[in-house]
Amino acid sequence: MKLTGARNLVAAVAAVALVTTACSSSDKASSNPGGQGTAPAPGGTLTVFAAASLTESFGVLGKQFEAKHPGVTVKFDFEGSSALVQKLTNGAKADVFASADQANMDKATKAQVIDGQPVVFATNKLTIAVGKGDPKGIKAFVDLAKSGTTVVVCAPQVPCGAATKKIEQSTGVSIKPASEEQDVKQVLAKVASGDADAGLVYVTDAASAAGKVDKVDFPEAAGAINNYPLGVVKNAPQAALAKEFAEFVRGPEGRAELGKVGFGTP
Amino acid sequence: MLWVPAVVALALVVLPVVGLLTRSDLTRLPSLLVRPSSLSALRLSLETAALSTVACVLLGVPLAVVLARSRVPGIRFLRSVVLLPLVLPPVVGGLALLYLLGRKGFLGELIGWATGAQVPFTTAAVVIAQTFVAMPFLVVSLEGALRGAGDRYERIAATLGARPWTVFRRVTLPLLLPALGSGVVLSFARALGEFGATITFAGSLEDVTRTLPLEVYQQAEVDVDSAVALALLLIVVAVVVIALARPRALEGVRS
Repeated sequence: MKLTGARNLVAAVAAVALVTTACSSSDKASSNPGGQGTAPAPGGTLTVFAAASLTESFGVLGKQFEAKHPGVTVKFDFEGSSALVQKLTNGAKADVFASADQANMDKATKAQVIDGQPVVFATNKLTIAVGKGDPKGIKAFVDLAKSGTTVVVCAPQVPCGAATKKIEQSTGVSIKPASEEQDVKQVLAKVASGDADAGLVYVTDAASAAGKVDKVDFPEAAGAINNYPLGVVKNAPQAALAKEFAEFVRGPEGRAELGKVGFGTP
Repeated sequence: MLWVPAVVALALVVLPVVGLLTRSDLTRLPSLLVRPSSLSALRLSLETAALSTVACVLLGVPLAVVLARSRVPGIRFLRSVVLLPLVLPPVVGGLALLYLLGRKGFLGELIGWATGAQVPFTTAAVVIAQTFVAMPFLVVSLEGALRGAGDRYERIAATLGARPWTVFRRVTLPLLLPALGSGVVLSFARALGEFGATITFAGSLEDVTRTLPLEVYQQAEVDVDSAVALALLLIVVAVVVIALARPRALEGVRS
């Protein structure tokens, strides 16, 4: 019993040592970013809480950031923004929080878990996701109100649903949804599976499912632009790295990667 | 000696609920509960859970009897297949149902072609999802009881001239009553709390598919207090149902 315990410990230590050396040796030492003369960057783990819709773009940015900071590992928790705020207010340890809307970031700042003023780094807008080849012939937002069309939207309580409501109000078109989903990926899944004829999703989500759904852009979407603010978490274990990550996301690499998946970059 | 682990076990079940209670604002409870959306979710939950429990009994009792009594080869394999919904994450169960009964699923396409109806996004889909996840609880508790009891009484009844249906009605069923009682309670409770399969397969729309657990999830998005209050309501309903049904189910036949 005791022996195996000790042996396990040795094995674990060896494994950790192996992994860390493997990481640092595979990372190419690169020029210092920003030219701020940062001393040999301290290694460690940067924990980023990011909205689910950032999964693809932040995943790539995390890898790029790691390449620029040898010894640093970026760990992500991609979830709905409100779930992330919930975690932060309950004491979860994180360094960076990127929200998919202002409301949830406001909740976080009000709960005093964010250090300083969050900055908007991306914008997103809605589009209509339809089945491949648009079998129902949906061409405009008003077509969603046609009877015989199964439309799925986000619940008004979540950001994509709030944006949907806003467009409905400004256009006077009232959609009778078959379901109000809890997040935008669920809407997308139901359009992709063919159970819904159309769904309102973000352009970035439609882009990530490009093989499974087609999108129909509509001009009214400009009336409900969603802002993505990012803030450094108060008492972040890696506060310095967190600030660098925030700048990196707003820098040329960040903007390029976010633009690639359809985000607007202010 | 058994007391220590027993107390730990009890604490594991009870303390999280206590945690929930400490976070809830009991003074707001009445105003939250009489909201139309809460009442509608409660009504829908009770109705669908009752319907799926009935479906579990109608389909699950024969299945349990067949599984316990049949000597067909491969029956042991079937026994484990019945347990699948217990192992599957409910969301995967919901996806599986969607791929079967959805508009593009092979059975769903057939139903659409024959009747023009669509299964997902309907209350029927909620009942199907709940039955799917709750059925194993009924089948397992019945099957265990059946196999534990053996078929001695049934064979004796048969030698005394009773026909199979009479044997089932007069011997098998009465022997099964306690297990049936607890199986019914368990599957009702499971159906009442069903969330993942429902939201994946049936969607979420007030009055149609948004049961109480889905309403709790929805509320948690904006107002955690009201989500907690609704969750308490769910707990109260479940405890009342179990308290009413369980002792009778256990003591029913012995008395």
